Amino acid sequence: MSEIEPGRPLPPGEAGEAQEAEQTRVPRRVIGTPSPAQARTLLADPEANGEPPAPRELPAGPDDPAVAKTAERIVAACFVLSMLASIGFIAAYVGLEVHSVDATLRSNLALGLSMGIAFMAIGAGATIWVRSIMPDVEQVEERHPLASTTQERAAFAKTFKEGAEASGFVKRPLLRRTLIAASVPLAVAPLVILRDLGPLPGTSLRHTVWRKGMRMVVFGPNTPLRAADFSTPGQMITVAPQGWAENQDVMAKAATIIIKFAPGELIPDRPGSPGTVMNWTVDNIVAYSKICTHVGCPAALYEQTTHHILCPCHQSTFNAAQGAQVTFGPAPRPLPQLPIGTDSQGFLIATSDYRVPVGPSFWELGASGFRGGNE
Amino acid sequence: MSWITARRRRPAAGYAVLLLGLIIIGVGYAALTTQGSPASAANPGVVSSQTIAQGKNLFELSCSSCHGVNAGGTSQAPSLVGVGAAAVDFQMSTGRMPAKDIGPQVPEKPVTFTTQQIHAIAAYIASLGGGPTIPSAAQVSPAGADTALGQSLFITDCAQCHNFDGAGGALTNGKYAPALNRATPTQIYEAMLTGPEAMPVFSDTTITPAQKRDIIDYITRLRAEPNPGGFSLGRIGPVTEGIVGFLGGIGVLIFFAMWITMKRRGNHDETAES
Repeated sequence: MSEIEPGRPLPPGEAGEAQEAEQTRVPRRVIGTPSPAQARTLLADPEANGEPPAPRELPAGPDDPAVAKTAERIVAACFVLSMLASIGFIAAYVGLEVHSVDATLRSNLALGLSMGIAFMAIGAGATIWVRSIMPDVEQVEERHPLASTTQERAAFAKTFKEGAEASGFVKRPLLRRTLIAASVPLAVAPLVILRDLGPLPGTSLRHTVWRKGMRMVVFGPNTPLRAADFSTPGQMITVAPQGWAENQDVMAKAATIIIKFAPGELIPDRPGSPGTVMNWTVDNIVAYSKICTHVGCPAALYEQTTHHILCPCHQSTFNAAQGAQVTFGPAPRPLPQLPIGTDSQGFLIATSDYRVPVGPSFWELGASGFRGGNE
Repeated sequence: MSWITARRRRPAAGYAVLLLGLIIIGVGYAALTTQGSPASAANPGVVSSQTIAQGKNLFELSCSSCHGVNAGGTSQAPSLVGVGAAAVDFQMSTGRMPAKDIGPQVPEKPVTFTTQQIHAIAAYIASLGGGPTIPSAAQVSPAGADTALGQSLFITDCAQCHNFDGAGGALTNGKYAPALNRATPTQIYEAMLTGPEAMPVFSDTTITPAQKRDIIDYITRLRAEPNPGGFSLGRIGPVTEGIVGFLGGIGVLIFFAMWITMKRRGNHDETAES
């Protein structure tokens, strides 16, 4: 009887039956209690066989009463602090408005701080309680064997076999086969659903809205730009196709930067030496896709001294003077160059769409996409 | 002292000393490297030949060793003919010029010249070849500006380098885009107009003066934004937040885990420390 945990009384009706079951199997134990192998109790039971109480295993009090006295006050203070913080949490939740950004920030700060203090103070109090008030005794807990007994395993095998026979799964092939037939389409159904992750992009990755004659507008104010107004070497600006600047789906592909160079700075494209396609520039103004060819971040950190275009995400570096060839980083190909010109009023226009797909490289891109500049 | 002596051999003493040392070094470094704020630039006055002569004198004393006697440039520094008064005012009012030494990028320093002296030098440089002029207070005032358009322009053309919060960021080969926290509206305007160092030029024909004021308005309003959680963490986004989360948050958790399992002094089989 002494193995039964004093803290876990069994329901009266089931007590006898459960105890019987207990004794045929491994004796029930709770982690952290002494091993039943040594038949010890935590609480002395004077009625048990009339024996004298077992010798005390844990000291009755703390090692150092003076330390414990101080610790008790600290622990109590921690718990009171936690209580106040919890009340503060409730008060902050009820009392603080969240109808503006500033108010929400204040509310979040108050809620997080009070809840953090509430939990931390309970934890700190409990730790101090354990460390300074409870006696410091090391205990070794023996691990019991995990495997069931031989009889139990034999009994399970017997039950399983009999159950299988009684179910008729082997004797009734009609049931067995129709059950299998029922499960196969059920397993295929998710595959059919996955198909709807599409449709495939088709040729949409290969085109942007840029067309011959389409004006470039400064992104933001969306005003068209004359080549003569973009005349200081070292200038850089983000442009959008006119009429599309507000359409984010379009801009995800069509965003373009234009850069003004001093005469002679651009390195022209030559056979065997890729560079800037000079026919696609106007007055040393050159246009490149703003979408990095690595994974599509906006690559527009432009250093006018080195002519480097950097991508902020993974430090891909492109040489803007030389057809945005990759000089560093994970980008696999140059930023595509947009053919540009001017219209009759001197405004900057595109003279065609990008000649190679913009943005992150993809499986079906083909080798031509990797040659920057001239196709 | 006896309090320290009694506790110096505790298991946590080493960690406590290390932590204290790190805090002292961190606070000390931050205190020693804090720079003075740059002097604010006033409006340029009427430029007289006398001012230009004064500027020429100052230039020959402080600038010509690198930029050449007539600002024509040397192997060490570029020609300043045609850079304009705005470029001189930006470089000198932020303390970048005169440069102490030639590195990947000239850092901001405490300003050593008065506004009047800077304007005199600017007038001298402008007299050599024109260029952008120093903007007036009205030109850089954000009063009545369109903050939303300013944000749109800032996010599109400035945030790549200067961070969406104006906190700055790294470029290549040791260059960097500086933080915009301390820049005056005049300096921001001049930087856009002249494109100092690696920064591209945003001339008045591309980003109009009104749009420049919108951008200045957005930048100055950003500074007044509250910091969620009470700490700015440099306002550079997930990097510092991650560092604080890992080193701070997980560090505290490790400390608690060690504290909970730490062996107590003076238990049964050990003699207490004398």
